[in-house]
Amino acid sequence: MALRPRRPRSDLPLAVDPSSRFLGWITALMAFLAALALAGAMLVSDMAQRWDSGLAGGLTVQIAPMPGAPVAPLDDRAEAALTVLRSFPGIRSATLLSGGEIARLLEPWLGAGAADPLLPMPRLIDVVTDGPVDAGALRLRLGSAAPGATLDDHAVWLADLRSFAGAIRLAALGVVVLIGAAAVMTVVFAVRTGLAIHRPVVELLHLMGATDRYVSRQFERHVVALSLRGGGIGLLLAGGMLYGLHRASQGLRASLLPDLTLVPWQWAVLLLVPGALALLALVTARWTVLRTLESMP
Amino acid sequence: MIRFENVGLRYGSEAEVLRDISFTLQPGSFHFLTGASGAGKSSLLKLMYLAHRPSRGLVTLFGRDMALVTRRDLPELRRQIGVVFQDFALLDHLSALDNVALPLRMAGTPETDVVAHCSEILRWVGLGNHLHAKPSTLSGGQKQRVAIARSVINRPRLLLADEPTGNVDDGIGMRLLYLFEELYKLGTTVVIATHNEALIRRFDHPRLNLDSGRLMVLPARGRGHEGRAQETRANVSRANDSRPNDSRPTDSRWE
Ligand SMILES: Nc1ncnc2c1ncn2[C@@H]1O[C@H](COP(=O)(O)OP(=O)(O)O)[C@@H](O)[C@H]1O
Ligand SMILES: [Mg+2]
Repeated sequence: MALRPRRPRSDLPLAVDPSSRFLGWITALMAFLAALALAGAMLVSDMAQRWDSGLAGGLTVQIAPMPGAPVAPLDDRAEAALTVLRSFPGIRSATLLSGGEIARLLEPWLGAGAADPLLPMPRLIDVVTDGPVDAGALRLRLGSAAPGATLDDHAVWLADLRSFAGAIRLAALGVVVLIGAAAVMTVVFAVRTGLAIHRPVVELLHLMGATDRYVSRQFERHVVALSLRGGGIGLLLAGGMLYGLHRASQGLRASLLPDLTLVPWQWAVLLLVPGALALLALVTARWTVLRTLESMP
Repeated sequence: MIRFENVGLRYGSEAEVLRDISFTLQPGSFHFLTGASGAGKSSLLKLMYLAHRPSRGLVTLFGRDMALVTRRDLPELRRQIGVVFQDFALLDHLSALDNVALPLRMAGTPETDVVAHCSEILRWVGLGNHLHAKPSTLSGGQKQRVAIARSVINRPRLLLADEPTGNVDDGIGMRLLYLFEELYKLGTTVVIATHNEALIRRFDHPRLNLDSGRLMVLPARGRGHEGRAQETRANVSRANDSRPNDSRPTDSRWE
């Protein structure tokens, strides 16, 4: 018995349709964009989370030099502030940063001269909280105990950061939804074209007893194969690009930039992109074929 | 098997192509469908294989009134009908084997059985060396045999052939008709449209003759004018019936 090797076979010559090649490439492009959008959303989420955990649970108190004002010397005011802080509910620890530490923090802005003892340096107190802190009451107490003390509770920073990350995620989601809609429209168009081109063959298949589902399966197999192939190519391109970005971000010394690194589960999410596109194409093709054939006599 | 009552068919708003067609084909019968070119043979066959609905009249197939059949029921009915289309209607991008396999795959036959059955029947019609040939590389006669193999692969209850001998010389035409005879002997109801008088004369079967849109049933010559009812009875009991025309070669294989 002459058993042939199993290869994709369609009763409709869809593979030679002009819409076939174009469907494959469009899917590649869509997979590429969707993968980038998803990766972007995941990277921003990571970044926001790192900032979040770095900033939340901490307060900074700054005691500024006030030359000419009738106030106690900086160090006395810092001591007074520490006393207030250490007895305040919700605060675990309060540590005065040394002159060297402050100089290091200022170095990016002031250069190596930041450690100049002649410069009037503020005192900074790093506060770690272990519960909710009433920032308003704390400000009042600090203000009376240590004039010139300002409390930075990062709340504004955090709120901005969270809404920024949320907006990026929303935008990425919007991009993915738009890509999905474009994928659906492309498949609808390709399938309708295919049905129109191959209408005589479809009618012949019907006359031989083909059900509408049988006909739609021909299209489903075709668009799924194309979507998987196109999606794979698009994903490969996106993966290459992300890897390149990751390498580039590692080369940068500035720690201000987040490292653009995806962890394994995030790569796995990207691997789902071609599959999701193929599934979408399958459902769309079936729906389009069945609906179009329903209206055929 | 098939019953037409006062059936008329018109295309668009033209005059009726078929008028007041009434006849009954008993299960297991063999009929030629004759008539001049343009007489409506193809149109009548299309009504039988459910490609068209009649403009008027009643068509009953396999005991079912076709006016009451819905779109969803059609595939099941059509699978019981094998058709040799006038122009073969082979799919050019599929191999001979895949063309023949279409009805089996539609019926959900397991793939190994599909390949086995199709190879076998293609060998049987003499195309064993052309299983994977595309129709474009086959001669007219070879295409015709692929079309015929496809029409019978599913063991249809009803076999309809539209000028199946049109493209082949009389020698091959004879062999094709012997294949239909084999099926007929196995119980298939056969209707063959042809205007090849020479072939018709070689076989003793009743005729449906179309003339200007009207149909006349002409009984088989060998039985004189006994009429259709007796012809039918003869067919039903034909298992051990030696028919007058049993002079064909014992080996009716193709090559
Ligand atoms: N699809 C169609 N649309 C309009 N007229 C048709 C169509 N098919 C056949 N006809 C007309 O119907 C008549 C019978 O055609 P047909 O059934 O093909 O005859 P035959 O098969 O006996 O040659 C012819 O006059 C033909 O022009
Ligand atoms: Mg004809």
